[in-house]
Amino acid sequence: MSNAVEFHEVWKKFKKGEKFDSLRDSIPHFFKKLTHKNGNTPLREYEFWAVKGVNFSIPKGGVVGVMGPNGAGKSTILKLLSGIMSPTKGKMTINGRLSALIEVTAGFHPELTGRENVYLNGTILGMKRREIDRKFDEIVAFSEVEEFIDTPVKHYSSGMFSRLGFSVAAHMDPEIFIVDEVLSVGDIAFQSKCAQKMRELLGSGATILLVSHQISLIQSLCKRVLLLNHGELIKDGPTDEVIPYYQNVTFKKIEEDFKHKVTQEQTQVKVKQDLLVEITSVSLYGKDLKSKEEFSAGEDFEIKVDYNVKQEIDSPIIIIEIIRSDSVLCCCLNSKESGVSLGKVFGRASIKVIFKDLNLAPGIYLTKISFWERDMIHPYIVYSNNVIRITARKNNIVTNAIFSPKVIWQIGS
Amino acid sequence: MFQALKELIKYRDLFYMLTLRDIRIRYKQAAMGFLWALFMPIVAVAAGILIKQGMATASGHTVDMLGVVSISVKVLPWTFFISSIRFAVQSLVGNCNLVTKIYFPRAVLPLASIAACLFDLAISAVVLVLILCFFHLGVSINILWAPLILIFLVLFTTGLGLALAAANLFFRDVKYIVEIILMFGIFFTPVFYDANTFGQLKIFMLLNPMGSILEALNQSIVLKQVPDLHWLTYAGVTSVSMFCIGMLIFHSKEQSFAENI
Repeated sequence: MSNAVEFHEVWKKFKKGEKFDSLRDSIPHFFKKLTHKNGNTPLREYEFWAVKGVNFSIPKGGVVGVMGPNGAGKSTILKLLSGIMSPTKGKMTINGRLSALIEVTAGFHPELTGRENVYLNGTILGMKRREIDRKFDEIVAFSEVEEFIDTPVKHYSSGMFSRLGFSVAAHMDPEIFIVDEVLSVGDIAFQSKCAQKMRELLGSGATILLVSHQISLIQSLCKRVLLLNHGELIKDGPTDEVIPYYQNVTFKKIEEDFKHKVTQEQTQVKVKQDLLVEITSVSLYGKDLKSKEEFSAGEDFEIKVDYNVKQEIDSPIIIIEIIRSDSVLCCCLNSKESGVSLGKVFGRASIKVIFKDLNLAPGIYLTKISFWERDMIHPYIVYSNNVIRITARKNNIVTNAIFSPKVIWQIGS
Repeated sequence: MFQALKELIKYRDLFYMLTLRDIRIRYKQAAMGFLWALFMPIVAVAAGILIKQGMATASGHTVDMLGVVSISVKVLPWTFFISSIRFAVQSLVGNCNLVTKIYFPRAVLPLASIAACLFDLAISAVVLVLILCFFHLGVSINILWAPLILIFLVLFTTGLGLALAAANLFFRDVKYIVEIILMFGIFFTPVFYDANTFGQLKIFMLLNPMGSILEALNQSIVLKQVPDLHWLTYAGVTSVSMFCIGMLIFHSKEQSFAENI
């Protein structure tokens, strides 16, 4: 089976800043280029590589997702594919008629009517006029703007505008289809129509490259995912392997930002010197009794709090809270409600709380430990400095859920 | 270059739609609509008559009908030329979002804007023909040269338009230079006067391909003569080579348009 798309060591260089070649610079550069081999000119200080030696191939009929953080080079790769730009180095081959849904409304002219724009945009995207004649009614019906088809599109609402754009693009029948973040137009009803259309395309045997930040979309449509970062292809494999990997990478970044924020807050708030209770350390342990911060969902988990009480207090209450990085309180444990009494405390001591089966969904969490006086009127100390990262396992996709319990499904007849 | 032409032919529907777009948006929400296509030639012809009258008064002659007709015949191709170049230069930069977002042979953009100007030329030419018929000016067999000369005009304009459109994408200076040259070009080209007025210096007027094209048109339509074949050949060679050079420049730079716009 031949490949629809092949990338072989593709590099792409861009300029940054507002610099453009003045004649004074470009003439010596031109001669330098003559002496060097094609494309091997050294990187000048205002240039950077947007795509660095990317290799991949997609067989005919393959449906591949492309993911990566902003600036990873996703759109550049799509632009290279569609022929808008050419690679600085490397070779790429494309077999088949290619259509790119990079910006579906780019071809619209505000002064023209919907009807005129359908034809204009259709031909810009590479359709023939006769083809549009044939599909015109279908396109208009799909976009749901029949009533206004003879109105200049400058009077359209933004939803109508993008719906019409998508409808035109969706009615092409290409062999290779490139989709870049255009499926999220319109209301829910229209989005489900878009998804339906995508599924039809899948069934038609077209090769599809889908760029999206919507994990659920990639997951439902693609079997394979390319993960890019800083212009490099860092992972290429089955969806249920790459997505958890990507999410863990993303989490690490969120965690770093979060830790940074937490420590900054800590230094900002001056610690009161006359505190009665001092929390010397909080540590987290896994099943193997090793102190760590990274846990997988479902793992046993312990929090150990070391504290120092400077003056004897009677029955303080300890509250342990677990808060998700977006400030959602996930769990709040109160020693009094759990029926634990600490009695009279004085001096150094420690408390350990054991969580059986930490069923938190993968994500970044923060622990917040506080000591309260026994009537819960005011706290002695609040301590929040520990970040827990729950990582996703293979075949375990991150959602927005908090809770990821172990369940048994029983399907009745 | 043949590959480029082949691809252009593949995208002919796009060319047609873009031309239609350029024509439509020029006259949308304009009460006079297509009549505006006549406005610029009428003003230019009026200016030409005024100048001719001035020159005639100075030299003691009178303006004859033939002089007025010759100005009208030369003004139309000239207005086609300047508006084509003006629109073509802006065509790539003005369609920035298309150039950076969607693939198609970029030459379609300047070509479509030139074709839209050709449409204007056609409208005003029809009106001119009606006027000429009204004055019973008659034609000779030599008018058959006119289509060939018009082809040279279109080729020359297209080649220059393509090269300037590509140049303007990289250096916006081009647009200002072109604007100035177009503004004063009418004085350096035999539009309002005949190249013969200059006697021995005539050659400098005709070395400008636009000059030789306009003179040839004048000879074949108004003077009912066979055009000066030497200069016509010169015009033909320069037009065809301008077209090829324009296409080659455009095609060789086309790949780097999206990132340099």
